[in-house]
Amino acid sequence: MDSTEVTKKQPVMSTSIMSAKNVDVFYGKKQAIKNVSLEIPENQITALIGPSGCGKSTFLRCFNRMNDTIQTCKVTGDIRFAGQDIYNPKVDVVALRARIGMVFQKANPFPKSIFENVAYGPRIHGLAKSKAELEHMVIASLKSAGLYNEVSDRLHESGTSLSGGQQQRLCIARAIAVQPQVILMDEPCSALDPIATAIVEELMESMKENFTIVIVTHSMQQAARISQKTAFFHLGELVEFGDTKAIFTNPNDQRTQNYISGRIG
Amino acid sequence: MPDYQLTTSPSLRKRHAKEARFKWYGRIAIGLSLGFLVFMFLAIILRGAGAFSQTKIYLDVQFDEQIIDPTGARNPQDLARANTKPLLTQSLSIIFPDVTQRKDKQRLYKLISSGAVYELADQIQGHPEWIGTSRHIWVTASADVDLYMKGKIDTSLDENLRKLKDRDVVWVDTLKAEGKIKKTFNTAFFTNGDSREPEMAGILGATLGTFFSLLVCFAIAFPLGILTAVYLEEYAKKSWLTNLIEININNLAAVPSIVFGLLGLSIFLGVFHLPRSTPLVGGMVLALMTLPTIIIAARASLRSVPNTIRDAALGLGASKTQTTFHHVVPLAAPGMLTGTILGMAQALGETAPLLMIGMVAFIVDIPGSVTDVATSLPVQIFLWADSPEKGFVERTSAAIIVLLVFLVLMNLLAVFLRKKLERRW
Amino acid sequence: MSTLPKPPLDLTLRHARARTQIIEFLIQLVLILCSLVAILTTLGIVLSLAFEAFRFFEKIPIGDFIFGLEWSPQTAIRADQVGSSGAFGVIPLLTGTLLISFIAMAVATPLGLLSAVYLAEYARPKTRAVIKPLLELLAGIPTVVYGFFAALVVAPILRGTGASVGFEISSESALAAGLVMGIMLVPFVSSLSDDAINAVPQALRDASLGMGATHAETVQKVVLPAATPGIVSSLLLAMSRAIGETMIVVMAAGLAAKLSLNPLDAVTTMTVQIVTLLTGDQEFDSAKTLAAFAIALFLFILTLGLNIIALKIVDSYRKKYA
Repeated sequence: MDSTEVTKKQPVMSTSIMSAKNVDVFYGKKQAIKNVSLEIPENQITALIGPSGCGKSTFLRCFNRMNDTIQTCKVTGDIRFAGQDIYNPKVDVVALRARIGMVFQKANPFPKSIFENVAYGPRIHGLAKSKAELEHMVIASLKSAGLYNEVSDRLHESGTSLSGGQQQRLCIARAIAVQPQVILMDEPCSALDPIATAIVEELMESMKENFTIVIVTHSMQQAARISQKTAFFHLGELVEFGDTKAIFTNPNDQRTQNYISGRIG
Repeated sequence: MPDYQLTTSPSLRKRHAKEARFKWYGRIAIGLSLGFLVFMFLAIILRGAGAFSQTKIYLDVQFDEQIIDPTGARNPQDLARANTKPLLTQSLSIIFPDVTQRKDKQRLYKLISSGAVYELADQIQGHPEWIGTSRHIWVTASADVDLYMKGKIDTSLDENLRKLKDRDVVWVDTLKAEGKIKKTFNTAFFTNGDSREPEMAGILGATLGTFFSLLVCFAIAFPLGILTAVYLEEYAKKSWLTNLIEININNLAAVPSIVFGLLGLSIFLGVFHLPRSTPLVGGMVLALMTLPTIIIAARASLRSVPNTIRDAALGLGASKTQTTFHHVVPLAAPGMLTGTILGMAQALGETAPLLMIGMVAFIVDIPGSVTDVATSLPVQIFLWADSPEKGFVERTSAAIIVLLVFLVLMNLLAVFLRKKLERRW
Repeated sequence: MSTLPKPPLDLTLRHARARTQIIEFLIQLVLILCSLVAILTTLGIVLSLAFEAFRFFEKIPIGDFIFGLEWSPQTAIRADQVGSSGAFGVIPLLTGTLLISFIAMAVATPLGLLSAVYLAEYARPKTRAVIKPLLELLAGIPTVVYGFFAALVVAPILRGTGASVGFEISSESALAAGLVMGIMLVPFVSSLSDDAINAVPQALRDASLGMGATHAETVQKVVLPAATPGIVSSLLLAMSRAIGETMIVVMAAGLAAKLSLNPLDAVTTMTVQIVTLLTGDQEFDSAKTLAAFAIALFLFILTLGLNIIALKIVDSYRKKYA
């Protein structure tokens, strides 16, 4: 990775790992995303914010083609991962999703043991060559997700028996275990209490060393706390995209101004 | 070094192949099930289609008064019992004058159905003016001749292995050459009751038996089912009693149908001494069987009526009963009706419980009311399927076709009513 | 404009209220009585079966019935004839019933489950709208039709194929009856399994797909395990159907009780025996006719047990995802 020198005047720079250009998304005839272009910098946290129904989650799900599962949904435009067009017919969505993982709004552990939840990804992708290696990967992932100390003595109990915050961290561990480059997070803390939220935010901060994170959040404070870049969506349009600090202190657009001061929402 | 490859790797190719295989398993499973359905339908239709035509022989019959009505009284009852056999044998002898041996003659007469004498007597009763004249009429041929005409007897087979002997074949071929034998639409199949002779056997008795049974079934199950549903949905509060009723309904829906037959046998016949083998008892048993289906459908239908309707009626000062029967039930009626029709369709095909209450006897007479002994269409199918005569195979299949047509009609009616009347809230 | 007559302001409306109250009460009474029919039916079944079965056990010890290995309910022509009491051991009937039911389930389980998975997970809504009712048609066809088909078409085909590869297959083999019954049961398995699969939250599928699992991996490793309770209960209900099914076995299975687990043999079932014992012309009190009630009681308890377990599983499952 080539690092660029950061001067005071220049914004935070980094290589972009994903880019979107002129992306439109339709649900049947209804257009949910209108001509959105942006770049996701590597090993940083990019936050997508905006009022509910603005299309930020829809846009997030374009990055690993989770929208494919919805039959009426149609995506046009150019989305690239490491320079490759991910909507190219040659691209295998299974491979794509192994590179670009996802964590959902509501924690959705499988009704299996904690161990099996985390081992699921390495198993299907054949990442571990031996049982010992698999065990090692599961433990490492749980450690990365900051969950290992809490569950080390009950790895074989059901994942659904954990508390809400723990379940969400289990889902993050599960995503990490596949060793993706990018992790998409769709309002991962919206169902959590403030303490659990703080733990997850801390976790994300530590994760960005190894992963690129794109997070959709309805909480502006969260975006301000954790992200380096922020994109503000309104009615399917990307209103403003830039350094988080700049967006929150000195927005260019009146709509952004209104939103962060609480007039839209 | 991070891995950015997005195209299909060899290991991924294997996983995709597995996926494709998995999908094909599903398609094959559906294909096998539906293929079986098609195979069964085709097998039955091909076997049964023949029964809708019947071979008849053209005879020049002398209606000799001396034989039919020697008294000349023209009493209809006597005419119906007239001995018509000599008329038929005479006519056949006219066509085949060179058959003179007694034994040969007896074989010759077997070309004609043994039931033809009764057919002829019925015709004479309807047309007393024929007596003393001579007329050409078509007479029902025997089952073996019928099978031969339909190409279902292999004449290249050894004579001893088939009922229709070589000589019979020659006679039939002679008739064929003279245009005195032909296949006509088999009206008797729809107007006759059961018979030991396949060519005389019809489904009218069984169909009416089914009709009367369903009538009784409907008369009992419909009101009972609907009122139970109304009670459970609109009136009942949660209590041990309603709980018990619900458990009962759910379990009754899964009790083997034959057990209901035994219930009918020991309670309706044994305790109440209702007449055995009648549509009355059959209908009562079927009603108890279909009750759960109707209740479950009616409840779903009542549940779909929005509470705003109830609130509106109650708000106007209507009583609970007025609200329920003036407003809620009429709105739920289409769903209740469809559920009931589907329940009736289920009862239509039910066989086992009817066997238990004696609707399985050989009954020639056409039932005229719910208390006449009768059988039912599916039971008739069972009885014919059990008959050794080859001629019954196509009758059985034809009766199945008729049964399936009734079933389809009832289901279509249900679908139609649902589409036409049901409201979406 | 004329003014409307003013209603009386008396809120109690005493007379009218008393009358409506009586009517309401009467109507409720009628409704409750109607609802009781369901309970009465169950009661009637249990009492009539138990009563006749009790009379049977007065003649034949209950132990001989439940544990007896031989079934040959001959009625003696003369009272002093040897073996006039016959043998009433239910075990060969039970094994026959279970043999045919297991064959049926061996057909219905894979076909029903794979169809359900395909319809729920892969089929397009339009395909689904056509295929699903067609499959359900299989459950709507009267069983007497299946019986006829099994005896007239399937059994001879099996016999022919068996003969050509050197197997002796009885013309009333358990296999023919079981195969046909299995097809009949496909919709019983597929409909309920389909419901169970659809009840699995989409979030679980998303989680698996989002990690790069293929759809098939998601179905096999996440959806089906999560839907297991519903699937198991659908199999139990289908099994209970198979055990209680009458016409197919009456027409296509054998009459002679044989203690055999060979699917190519002719075996008999509980329902077949009930029908044979009760459709002949005989006095109602003989051990033979009473035996039919004893078998029926056994059958009723067996199927009821399966149903209760199945409904329990469905219930607990519903609560879990509610």
